[in-house]
Amino acid sequence: MFAEYSASELTSIFAMQGFAGLILFSVFVLMALGLAIIFGQMGVINMAHGEFMILGAYVTYIISNLFADYLPSIYGSYFFLAMIVAFFVTAALGAFVEWAMIRHLYHRPLDTLLATWGLSLILQQLYRTVFGAREVGVTLPDWLMGSYPVTDMVEVPVNGLFVMGLTIVITVGVALMMQKSRLGKQTRAVVQNRPMAAAVGINTEKVDRMTFALGCGIAGIAGSAFTMIGSTGPTSGQLYIVDTFLVVVFGGASSLLGTVASAFTISQAQSTMEFFLSGSMAKVLTLLFVVGILMLRPQGLFTLKVRH
Amino acid sequence: MRLPTFENTALARRGFLKNLLAIPAALMLAHTSVPALADEVNSTGLAVTDDTVKVGILHSVTGTMAISETGSVQAEKLAIEQINAMGGVLGRKIEYIQEDGASDWPTFAEKSKKLLVQDKVAAVFGCWTSASRKAALPVFEQYNGMLYYPTFYEGLEQSPNVIYTGQEATQQILEGLDWAAREKGAKKFYLLGSDYIWPRTSNKIARKHIENVLGSKVVGEEYYPLGHTQFNSVINKIKLKKPDVVFISVVGGSNVAFYKQLKAAGIDMGKEKPLFLTISVTEDEILGIGGENIEGIYASMKYFQSLPNENNQAFVKAFKERWGDDIVIGDVTQAAYLGPWLWKAAVEKAGSFDIDKVREASPGIELTTAPEGYVRVHKNHHLWSKTRIGLAEPDGQYKVVYESDELIEPDPFPEGYQ
Repeated sequence: MFAEYSASELTSIFAMQGFAGLILFSVFVLMALGLAIIFGQMGVINMAHGEFMILGAYVTYIISNLFADYLPSIYGSYFFLAMIVAFFVTAALGAFVEWAMIRHLYHRPLDTLLATWGLSLILQQLYRTVFGAREVGVTLPDWLMGSYPVTDMVEVPVNGLFVMGLTIVITVGVALMMQKSRLGKQTRAVVQNRPMAAAVGINTEKVDRMTFALGCGIAGIAGSAFTMIGSTGPTSGQLYIVDTFLVVVFGGASSLLGTVASAFTISQAQSTMEFFLSGSMAKVLTLLFVVGILMLRPQGLFTLKVRH
Repeated sequence: MRLPTFENTALARRGFLKNLLAIPAALMLAHTSVPALADEVNSTGLAVTDDTVKVGILHSVTGTMAISETGSVQAEKLAIEQINAMGGVLGRKIEYIQEDGASDWPTFAEKSKKLLVQDKVAAVFGCWTSASRKAALPVFEQYNGMLYYPTFYEGLEQSPNVIYTGQEATQQILEGLDWAAREKGAKKFYLLGSDYIWPRTSNKIARKHIENVLGSKVVGEEYYPLGHTQFNSVINKIKLKKPDVVFISVVGGSNVAFYKQLKAAGIDMGKEKPLFLTISVTEDEILGIGGENIEGIYASMKYFQSLPNENNQAFVKAFKERWGDDIVIGDVTQAAYLGPWLWKAAVEKAGSFDIDKVREASPGIELTTAPEGYVRVHKNHHLWSKTRIGLAEPDGQYKVVYESDELIEPDPFPEGYQ
C-alpha cells in the first residue's frame, strides 16, 4: 500500500502519525485521571464524570466571553485563568455532590452507578436550561490554534503540544500529591484500611470529600482543555465517558501508573489501526483487544498488592 | 381511520373470555371513530371544530438531538403563528400539541400514536433523524396520519403518509460533485463520514457518480463512529493521499472536533488544497464549531440563511423577531418552516382536512413564498428544489457562490446508484 509514495513522504507521515498517537495518549490520560482517583481510590463508579468535564468547558466558555467583553487586550491569556477557575468550580460541585449524595452510598458501590447516572441526566438538563440545547462555540486564543511547521509535510499542532504539556504537569502533580502530601497519604491510608485510618485520627469523611472534589476538579481542567479539540454542549460529556472507563478499568482501577500505561497502550493501538484501517474498524479492534486482555487479566494491567 | 375488523377464523381460535373482552373494546373503538362533528371538511373525525384545527409537533427537545431539532420546532411554530395571523386554514385557527421525542426512537413511535389516536391531529410536523422517522413511519401508515419531515436524508423511501420537505440524497450530492468537477477541476475525491445509514448511503451515491459519471477517482472512503473526537489519523491520511476534494458527511459533536483539529493541523481550508465540501454542516452546526475554524469550506444544500431573495429576507427578519437576534437558520430549519405552509396549501386545494384528500391534493402544490425561492411537491412526495453551494465565512454564515439553474427533480430511488 505504500508503493506509490516516496521515502520522505513516508517518513513524514509516520512522524505525524506517531505524534497523533501521543496526542491521543495525552487526551486519554487527562480525561481518565479524575476518574482514576474517584473510581480507583474510592470505588465510586462516577457516571457523571463526563458532565463534570463539560462543566469545566462551560466555565471556559463563560470566561472567554468575559475576557472578550472586558479585557480584550489580554484575551490571549484567558485560557490559563479559565482552567484554574474550572478546577475550583467543578471541585466545589464535586464536594457538594459528595456531601449530598455519594457519602450515603459508600457501602453500596452499585447504587453509586445509578445515582451518578441520574446526576448526569440532571446536569445535562441543567446545562440545556442554562446554556441552551445548541452547542456553544468556545473561541480560542489565536496562539493555540496554529501549528508549528517542522518540514513541508510535518506540522505540529500547537494545541496538541499544549495538551501534552498539561497532561504531564497534572499527572506528575497528582502522583506527587498522592505519594508525598498529607492528603495523598491520608487518602491511601483510608483506601487501604478505613477503620484503622480512622483509629489513628484521620478524619475519613473529610478525606473522602477532598478526594472526590479533587477528582472532579481534574475532570474540570480536562473539560476546559478539551474545548480546543472537541465540542461543548449539554451532552458532549457522553462522548468521553466510555473511553474514560475503558482506560481506567484496563489499567487496573487502583493504580495511577496503570491508568497511564493503559492510556498509552490503547491510544497507540487505536491510532496505528486507524491509519491502516477505517475509523470504525479500528475502534472495534481496539475494543476486542481490550476485552481479550481483560479476560486474561481481569484485574487490569497493574494492581496494588494489598494484604486483606 | 380504519375500523378494527375481526376475522372469524382468528376469533374462533380465541378463548371465550378473550371474546368477551374483545367485543366491548371493539364497540368502544367503533363509537369513538364516528365523526364527532358532521362537517363536510372533516369526514373522518379529526380534531377539527368550527374555528380550530389541531396539529402535532413532534421533535426532541431533550436528549442528544435537541441541539439539532430546536430550530425545526421554532420554524414550525413561527409558520403556524403566521398562518393564524392570516386567518388560519379554511377559516380555522391552528392549535398545536407539542410532544417530545426525547432523542429516543421508540418514544417517537409512541408519541406519534398518541397524537394520531388520542388527539386526532390533522397533520404532524416532526421527526429529524432517519431513525426516528423509520420508527414513527409504521404508526403513520397504520393510523393514516400525515407527517411533514424536514431533514435532508438518504432517500430510498416514499410513503403515502409522509411529505419530505428536505432534500433526498441525490438532489444534494450530485449537484455539489458536478460543481466541484466543473468549476474546480476536481479529479480525486476522499469520502469521509460518521458511521450510520445517512453518510454510508450518501457516499455510495457519491462514489457511483464520481466513478461512473464524472470518470474520476475515489482515493479514500472512511467512517468514524458517531461521537468520535479524534481525527488526527484521518487528517494525516488526507495529507498523504492529496485528494482534490474531501467530501464530508460527519455529524454532531464530531464535527466540532474534526474542523478544530483540521485547522490545528495546519490545513488552511481557504487554500482549497484540498477543497472541503460538506453536506452536513449548516449554520446551526457552525455555532458550535466557530466560524473562524471552518472558514473556507463549501457546503452543498438547498438553503442558506444568506440567500438574498425577498422571501428569505422577510423570513429571516420574522424569525429573528420571534426567536431573538442571535439565532441562526440552517437548511433543515427552513425545510421545517415549509411544512405547515405546504399542508395549508394542500388542505385549501382539497377543501378538506381529510388525510386522503390532502394526500391526493399534495402533488403539484407549489409555494412561491418559500424562503428558498420556489418549491413544488413531486408526485413522489418530495420537493422539487434548487441546490446551492455556499462558502463558509468567519462570521458563521455561508456566501452563496453557485445555484443550480433549474429546480432539481427529487429521485428517492435513483437508478444506477444503488
